[in-house]
Amino acid sequence: MNTMNMLDKNLDTKTTKIAARDVNVYYGDSHAIKDVNVEIDANTVTAFIGPSGCGKSTFLRCINRMNDTIDVCRVTGDILLDGEDIYDKRVDPVQLRARVGMVFQKPNPFPKSIYDNVAYGPRIHGLSRNKAELDEIVEKSLRRAAIWEEVKDRLHAPGTGLSGGQQQRLCIARAIATEPEVLLMDEPCSALDPIATAQVEELIDELRANYSVVIVTHSMQQAARVSQKTAFFHLGNLVEFGPTGQIFTNPDDPRTESYITGRIG
Amino acid sequence: MTDFSPTPDQPAVAQNSLLTQSKRTIKRNSAEARFKAYGIAAIGIGLVMLLVLVTTIFGRGTGAFQQTFITVNVELLESKLDKNGERNIEDIKRVTTFGYAPLIKSAMQTAVADLGIETSLKSKHMAGLLSKNAVAQLRAYVLANPEKIGETIEFRFLAQSRVDGYLKGRVSRDSIENDKNISPEQLDLVDALVAAGVIEKTFNLDFITGADASDQRPEAAGMGVSMLGSFFMMLVVLALALPIGVAASIYLEEFAPKNWITDVIEVNIANLAAVPSIVYGILGLAVFINYMHLPMSAPLVGGLVLTLMTLPTIIISTRAALKAVPPSIRDAALGVGASKMQSVFHHVLPLAAPGILTGTIIGLAQALGETAPLLLIGMVGFIASNAPSTIGEGLLSPNSAMPAQIYEWAKRADPAFYERAWGGIIVLLIFLVTMNTVAVILRRRFERRW
Repeated sequence: MNTMNMLDKNLDTKTTKIAARDVNVYYGDSHAIKDVNVEIDANTVTAFIGPSGCGKSTFLRCINRMNDTIDVCRVTGDILLDGEDIYDKRVDPVQLRARVGMVFQKPNPFPKSIYDNVAYGPRIHGLSRNKAELDEIVEKSLRRAAIWEEVKDRLHAPGTGLSGGQQQRLCIARAIATEPEVLLMDEPCSALDPIATAQVEELIDELRANYSVVIVTHSMQQAARVSQKTAFFHLGNLVEFGPTGQIFTNPDDPRTESYITGRIG
Repeated sequence: MTDFSPTPDQPAVAQNSLLTQSKRTIKRNSAEARFKAYGIAAIGIGLVMLLVLVTTIFGRGTGAFQQTFITVNVELLESKLDKNGERNIEDIKRVTTFGYAPLIKSAMQTAVADLGIETSLKSKHMAGLLSKNAVAQLRAYVLANPEKIGETIEFRFLAQSRVDGYLKGRVSRDSIENDKNISPEQLDLVDALVAAGVIEKTFNLDFITGADASDQRPEAAGMGVSMLGSFFMMLVVLALALPIGVAASIYLEEFAPKNWITDVIEVNIANLAAVPSIVYGILGLAVFINYMHLPMSAPLVGGLVLTLMTLPTIIISTRAALKAVPPSIRDAALGVGASKMQSVFHHVLPLAAPGILTGTIIGLAQALGETAPLLLIGMVGFIASNAPSTIGEGLLSPNSAMPAQIYEWAKRADPAFYERAWGGIIVLLIFLVTMNTVAVILRRRFERRW
């Protein structure tokens, strides 16, 4: 862990949070991710872009081992979180997911109250000793997800009764309530209108102070707005990875340029 | 109008006004109208059949809930019942039901004479209007109240089934020509006694709470004990099938790896649901009775057999309910770091509960109405036991079940039993409708969580 961090420090002032080494993913016979090597920095928003079916969501789900739930899915290579291989046999995926939170494409609040939605993670991980502490965690998470003002008077109303944008921010609050180190977001704004999208994007930018955020998006404007680093995937390959500004203005690879300018994808 | 087809020189789609329908539109619309008519006809036929079924059942069965009773004063003669006059219960017990017959004969004779009814019948034939159960009823009363010996007490005896049938219109003077159980003179007496208010037809609670009775006494037969038999079987089915079925479904649906073994299990469960119930019956006979030596005719064995039969139904409906829970809920739970089991028990199972409950209750209702497997494990037949006093006794002592009791009555010769079979069907249907209603209510209540 130390040696790796030192190596990274030579290249960049930021520390590497997640490092993928020669990651391959297979769904049965199909080869979904091919030899991906990527280093995701701490306190940075990293965007994954690419045409549909290029493997960006698959790769995202590898980072918290959500692919384990798919029987035919097989992952080779190493993904290191703070230098530890998360695919090591000794790693319990449940423990990993407490540190690597996830927000899904479709808002998926539990059919419980707003309070219980947020409190669920802290409860199962034992993060609070009493009701007052739990209340505090719930309020803090909802505030950070920029939804507190809208729901503070109806915490015991069902989470499924909120609007789409509110539901997605509730899901973000739920994800950050367990104090993860990394937050994975799989197209979090695809079901939202522009106003809700703007709110979520603002939130992502604020979350950067505490977390590494990895966001999969189809909107290149969004990637350009919120991320500091961008990775372009194409047909299962990581084509190009670099600072967002460079990817969008001066890409090295002709495929990246074609995609960004709208010629492929 | 409806069956003109497009001619070759005419284009299929007319290029004119929207206000007139093109030929294709007319054809499509008439096809739709025809289909709707078929559907309405199908529902209509179904409703008519249901109506016929319900009216037949209620028309024939409601008679079983009413019974004819004869009220007479019986003098409990000390000379017949307790010759020593010591009121020693052992002495009184020594008098069999035959010893009580003369009391009833004289009671009937006195009653007829007091009312001033002219009849040529002997006292034996007058007493013949009463059920053969009357002596037993009288003896049971005396044994319970020995201090009453010597007094004259008013009793309400069941009338024998021919008298009952006569009042219900089932027996007529023409139909008894060759009937040695009753004579026209006796019917004359019945008419006179009905006019005097001694014989009357009232609601018969014993049909719902009583035990089965022998071939000679259809008027005394009731559903009660077989109802308890069904109850104990359902207890066994619920206690075994629900946990086993739900646990198996959760494991298969949420945890089991998808490989050829689980595929084979899945196919087998689907096939087991279609296995005729008599097959489960013979399996129960071979395994539970012949091999494991569990008692014959016991509701425990019946419950075990019906558990086997109900399990596939419960597993299939539970798995369907689990499948219907959106995967996004599982992802959400796993995403915040819940374990697989926490995601299932905290989120998936509560959402699937209404479906599981409905499936279980429908499985139970199916088991409640099942007769065929019970034939093979001896739960059908003349079982006129008393109501069991403990749960253990209820599970292990021989008993029948409601549908088996109905089957038993339906195959007996006396038409009075036939009426009771229909009455039994009404009781069974009330149970089934109640259970299905409970299923619907529970489903509604659980689904209306928000």
